[in-house]
Amino acid sequence: MQFKSQAVAKPYFIAAIALFVGQILFGLIMGFQYVVGDFLFPEIPFNVARMVHTNLLIVWLLFGFMGAAYYLIPEEAETELFSPRLALITFWVFLAAGALTVVGYLAVPYATLAEATGNNMLATMGREFLEQPLPTKIGIVVVALVFLFNISMTVLKGRKTSISLVLLLGLWGLAVFFLFSFYNPSNLVLDKYFWWWTVHLWVEGVWELILGAMLAFVLIKITGVDREVIEKWLYVIIAMTLITGIIGTGHHYFWIGTPEYWQWFGSVFSALEPIPFFMMTVFAFNMVNRRRREHPNKAATLWALGTGVMAFLGAGVWGFLHTLAPVNFYTHGSQITAAHGHMAFYGAYVMVNLTMISYAMPMLRGRSANSPSAQVLEMWSFWLMTVSIVFITLFLTAAGILQIWLQRMGETPMSFMAAQDQIMLFYWLREAAGFVFLLGLVLYIWSFFKKGEVQTAA
Amino acid sequence: MSETFTKAMARNIFYGGAVFFFLLFLALTFDTVRGLPKRDHRENITDSVVRGKHIWETRNCIGCHTILGEGAYFAPELGNVYKRRGGEFIKAWIKSQPTGAPGRRQMPQFNLTDQELDDIVEFLKWTSEIDTNKWPPNIEG
Repeated sequence: MQFKSQAVAKPYFIAAIALFVGQILFGLIMGFQYVVGDFLFPEIPFNVARMVHTNLLIVWLLFGFMGAAYYLIPEEAETELFSPRLALITFWVFLAAGALTVVGYLAVPYATLAEATGNNMLATMGREFLEQPLPTKIGIVVVALVFLFNISMTVLKGRKTSISLVLLLGLWGLAVFFLFSFYNPSNLVLDKYFWWWTVHLWVEGVWELILGAMLAFVLIKITGVDREVIEKWLYVIIAMTLITGIIGTGHHYFWIGTPEYWQWFGSVFSALEPIPFFMMTVFAFNMVNRRRREHPNKAATLWALGTGVMAFLGAGVWGFLHTLAPVNFYTHGSQITAAHGHMAFYGAYVMVNLTMISYAMPMLRGRSANSPSAQVLEMWSFWLMTVSIVFITLFLTAAGILQIWLQRMGETPMSFMAAQDQIMLFYWLREAAGFVFLLGLVLYIWSFFKKGEVQTAA
Repeated sequence: MSETFTKAMARNIFYGGAVFFFLLFLALTFDTVRGLPKRDHRENITDSVVRGKHIWETRNCIGCHTILGEGAYFAPELGNVYKRRGGEFIKAWIKSQPTGAPGRRQMPQFNLTDQELDDIVEFLKWTSEIDTNKWPPNIEG
């Protein structure tokens, strides 16, 4: 840690991991409800568990991004953070808002929550991933603006590197495109069209800038490769991201009432979306192979390489699998979508956050790397979580193929529930893989407490 | 990457590409929004449809169901449920939940009034008439 104010990243990382645990627990509840339908009903209906699962994911990734920015920006800008105090205040505000929202989801019926939080004044709730009550949404905007002010001021007064500019651009984009969550016209087609401006332009747009910047930063640190080389790669990757990904939004505009030409735009451009992810994999391996130093943090290197591979598989390959319009006609809204969602989020955004935490957390604790035994534990958790997410994805893909075959093809298609009964086996297997993931997560957390010989950071 | 291809060139491709394709996206959006009335039949969005969408949202239906293929995949597609089941069935179904059948997926009881039930049916009826390029593949959704 080169600057004292980088320390504010620590609570962000800790909160991120804590919420990650919550996300996984609710995922396991949902996975079990897939096989035993009335599990925890009516206390935690599936829709509530799902809201908590997906919202916790989004919030903990945001905590991770913010923590990453607070750690990375001072070091890149070579100056103390503009205001560490502001960063700590927004931390507690964001954590409280997140916790209250989850309590709200669990404690009262959703309609009551909507009624109580001004949804009748400005209706924004009840749309996938954007279920948060109005005060939470406003809170997110306020926290984001204060955060952006803080890091932008830091960059302005310090050294302006490509990495921090790209990170800033990604984070500002995140805030700007979130504003579409306040637009909810009564026309469902328009609602859906602009809903994707938040959801797609986040995960297949500006978030990839954040991902790229975080990965580039860690790679510079652990490989010692020349910054010029790494930043050139970064620009090429994010150029391809936006060139393919913006029009790639069209792959969501096939069947929601939008014109047919989107089938061409969406298919062609999103078929190119794996390219930047593939480049990311090549980039990560290339830089590690050309390393100019042996960084003692082997675990962080593993996470960085894993991010490249798994983002390519999850977002790239599994995205391509169902992105061409004639294929998507059958796969749209099936378990194939769920399969892709799980590996893409894990491979890209979960792993890049864990990469950053793996690199930065030891520094924040005053050492250049954790003890070898702690790293071994962390690497076990890497393999357990990564392999189990691969299996979750494979099982959901199998479930999806069967579902489509039974429900959407052939002369005598089955009803939705009849088809679900036929694919139960794969849901059981998915749940089992989910428990392996949890085991990996437990080991991950344990690795933070594992003692052993450590080198103090220079 | 070769030495002749510099960081500045990469940066310019990034900014140029991003701006160009975002402008193209805006142009396509403009064209889409202009042509939508013919496809979404917005002249049929009555007050009842508007209220129905509000009920759809405040009961978090999307947390289990899909509508036009988007949402959760735990319960049936509802974009075409009006065509599959008809209005009366939908109302009777919502009123009779949860089934309480052991081990089966359960839908909560929302205690909707007759007016609210009519509204949700109107919303689902309007939704079923959107031109979706013939999706879903068949009536089962």
